[in-house]
Amino acid sequence: MSEAIASLAERLVAHFQDRVRVTEAVGQVTLETGHEHWLDVARVLRDEFGFEQLVDLCGVDYLGYGAGEWDVSDVSSGGFSRGVEGTGPGRFRWEDRPESVNQPRRFAVVAQLLSVSRNARLRIRCFAPDDELPMVPSLTGIWPGVNWFEREAFDLYGVVFEGHPDLRRLLTDYGFIGHPFRKDFPLIGNVEVRYDPDKGRVVYEPVTSVQPRVGVPRVLREDARYSTASAEQAQRRAGQG
Amino acid sequence: MEIQSYTMNFGPQHPAAHGVLRLVLEMEGEVVQRADPHVGLLHRATEKLAESKPFNQSIGYMDRLDYVSMMCNEHAYVRAIETLMGIEVPIRAQYIRTMYDEITRILNHLMWIGSNGLDLGAMAIFLYAFREREELIDCYEAVSGSRMHATYYRPGGVYRDLPDTMPKYRESPWRNAKELKRLNANREGSLLDFIESFTQEFPKRVDEYETLLTDNRIWKQRTVNIGVVSPELALAWGMTGCMLRGSGVEWDLRKKQPYAAYDRVDFDIPVGVNGDCYDRYLVRVAEMRESNRIIKQCVDWLRANPGPVMVDNYKVAPPSRTEMKNDMEALIHHFKLFSEGYSVPAGEVYCAVEAPKGEFGAYLVSDGANKPFRLKLRPPGFAHLSSMDAVVRGHMLSDVVAMIGTYDIVFGEVDR
Repeated sequence: MSEAIASLAERLVAHFQDRVRVTEAVGQVTLETGHEHWLDVARVLRDEFGFEQLVDLCGVDYLGYGAGEWDVSDVSSGGFSRGVEGTGPGRFRWEDRPESVNQPRRFAVVAQLLSVSRNARLRIRCFAPDDELPMVPSLTGIWPGVNWFEREAFDLYGVVFEGHPDLRRLLTDYGFIGHPFRKDFPLIGNVEVRYDPDKGRVVYEPVTSVQPRVGVPRVLREDARYSTASAEQAQRRAGQG
Repeated sequence: MEIQSYTMNFGPQHPAAHGVLRLVLEMEGEVVQRADPHVGLLHRATEKLAESKPFNQSIGYMDRLDYVSMMCNEHAYVRAIETLMGIEVPIRAQYIRTMYDEITRILNHLMWIGSNGLDLGAMAIFLYAFREREELIDCYEAVSGSRMHATYYRPGGVYRDLPDTMPKYRESPWRNAKELKRLNANREGSLLDFIESFTQEFPKRVDEYETLLTDNRIWKQRTVNIGVVSPELALAWGMTGCMLRGSGVEWDLRKKQPYAAYDRVDFDIPVGVNGDCYDRYLVRVAEMRESNRIIKQCVDWLRANPGPVMVDNYKVAPPSRTEMKNDMEALIHHFKLFSEGYSVPAGEVYCAVEAPKGEFGAYLVSDGANKPFRLKLRPPGFAHLSSMDAVVRGHMLSDVVAMIGTYDIVFGEVDR
């Protein structure tokens, strides 16, 4: 299996040359390409590499990637970070949402391809060039089944798919404002609904009934890893025996 | 006067919509010209919620996605974490997962056969199917304490080993002693004894379903040549599972990309020929029989091979109570695991399992934190439902109901 994967990665590099970046980790191959090559690469993958099925497509917002809320490496004379405050997912309200820093590679579209005939999988990724109005060409002409997946990514992340035949919201409410899965969208939402007996209809109001409350801070640890612990565990067991 | 085409709303509250599906149908007389499903009425932002919690706390959400095949959803999620962390799951846990995946598959197909029967006018099958579902739900209860939302699979194995006793029916005013004895007859031994007695009974029960439906004229009139999906169409629209196999494509992740203990058990993949609703019915019935075979093999193996069901590593698995009370180190591990959780190395992974409805996948992006950076769940029903317009165009309105049934839609997973 791993030999087959190595050869798939090699064949991809040999075929596309410098138009793509191919990486391999945990036995899975990822192909990254620019939005200008996105359609061509996808078409070749379907027709020549046998990826006749697109299993999944989703948006990813890389805002805040690698940022923790709890500084665990640095202890100074002034104390250490308690991790009780932060701007991680779920810990801010609509008014306090983090400013969108101009991050060059913020929005990406990731698709999982499957070849039924060759029993292989491939992940392809494309970063949107502009994070103010993320735009990526639509794959609907290549795999018709991607239609709803792109609608979902548009709905949740605001990624606009150029050439999509029917780019409407899919999962959120009719008339919803904002793209809820973006990292600067609060977990508690921006509006809440209730029935107003005076007006005799359902009204939308800013969120007041719930507080942003996440108990566990987001922590990035380099030392507390499963692999290091495995070695410790083995040592301990040897000591006991 | 010429009759123009008109628009019709099907759902969101409709007994045959399998949950909250709003289907906007453009009709010309009885014939569907265009179908536009509106989904999202059950959207709970599971993936966003997962970003705000340590990894283990989201396992329970997975049960609530496809709420009739609970443990298969958990399986995809824990497998994604395990792959990224490089955890080797003990073999006994792999067999338990295999067994419970198949129990889940039967649970799901029973639900499907019952509700699809109801949709198409076969009332009795629902009662038969729920009789067996009850027994399997009891297996869920015995192992996890919960009848539906088990949270039984954990990264590194399963929560605990199989119990030695089965829950029994208790005496009550509406159950006399004789009735009680009959109900509890196969519950005297361990869980494995109970499951084994179920596997011996179950093929006869499937025969009963088949006598009700397989040659039933009304059933065949409603399903044969209805909703024909060609293999090309199935592949192009991302269909997996029974939808793909019903069209004659022999594709099953349990065989082609085996996980858990599927490469150690013997079973066959049933495939259809015509790709219509009737073939998919036959495929699902045959799958129940195959699942029964797998469960039987797992029971035999689990009886003969005791062993650990969880990795022996305190970064992902809690230490035992006694150890925790006696060892400072173990206490710290316990505290850290249940408060902060564990950090998963940075990277990304996509892991899929053959859920009863098709390929259920979890795409996990980690940046090295104790919470997922991004979790995308790939539900099979989402892809199936999106092909609605392509499949039902030109069909009669009543066939739309047959098609929703054969897709095996559950809105917990479509809307997430």
